[in-house]
Amino acid sequence: MRAIVKVMLKDGVLDPQGEAVRHALGALGFAGINGVRQGKLIELDLAEGATEAQVKEMCEKLLANTVIESYRIEMA
Amino acid sequence: MKAAVIVFPGSNCDRDLAEAFRAAGADVTMVWHKDSDLPKGVDIVGIPGGFSFGDYLRCGAIASRSPICSAVVEHTKRGGYAMGVCNGFQVLTETGILPGALLRNAGLKYICKTVQLKVETSNSAFTSGYNAGDVLGIPIAHHDGNYYADAATLDALKGEDRVAFTYAENPNGSQRDIAGVLSANRRVLGMMPHPERAADPGHGGTDGAAMFRALVGVLTPA
Repeated sequence: MRAIVKVMLKDGVLDPQGEAVRHALGALGFAGINGVRQGKLIELDLAEGATEAQVKEMCEKLLANTVIESYRIEMA
Repeated sequence: MKAAVIVFPGSNCDRDLAEAFRAAGADVTMVWHKDSDLPKGVDIVGIPGGFSFGDYLRCGAIASRSPICSAVVEHTKRGGYAMGVCNGFQVLTETGILPGALLRNAGLKYICKTVQLKVETSNSAFTSGYNAGDVLGIPIAHHDGNYYADAATLDALKGEDRVAFTYAENPNGSQRDIAGVLSANRRVLGMMPHPERAADPGHGGTDGAAMFRALVGVLTPA
């Protein structure tokens, strides 16, 4: 089974990379982009029976730095 | 005074840090990241700059979960001294020993230059060789040195006199110009600038040497 973890900087934490992407899109002529936030997507290939609680523990201990990042887990 | 300098795959300032300690009179042991114990009788642990584990996942994240870092956390919980420079600062925030986090530089560029660094407090073993208000020339060399913490944490750091250094001119977007912070017991310092790269006349400046001399002075038994 698989788990997908999406890690994003928390709202309010400046994302200079997202800002740079926004500027670059504007320079290419794409209008109306109010904001870009860049994050990470982590795919975990897990043994059968793995639980969301286990993935949450992985997020808390390693995959996200909860000082600056939030995460969402999708079990698939 | 006994110092231990941790070596991770990708550390590149480990020997510089060790040399700065030795020049100040310390007995230095290099410790590999897979070791689970610090050498007996270590007074201070140095976590060097570099790109531990290639900065994979987040700067310092993998290193902070290495076996030796568990021993470093225990050492600091017992009241032991530690200092982290650059990537070492990132490792210390990732362990939770120091508050906050280091984000990508606001200008997105890797910055390598000597900056003017203001000493905010002389009240620590690290900064006791300086006076508050002193301005030092110390090199920075980082891509992710933009110090972030929430407002309550920043207020607490200021209120408890735990901001060790600020930038005279903010190079990276760090909140409140913070370049280095102390732990609550003032025995752990994390800083992005490299005092070990300003510790020998051959470096072009020696403003960092007083930090190592002060540490050796404070931590050497009388």
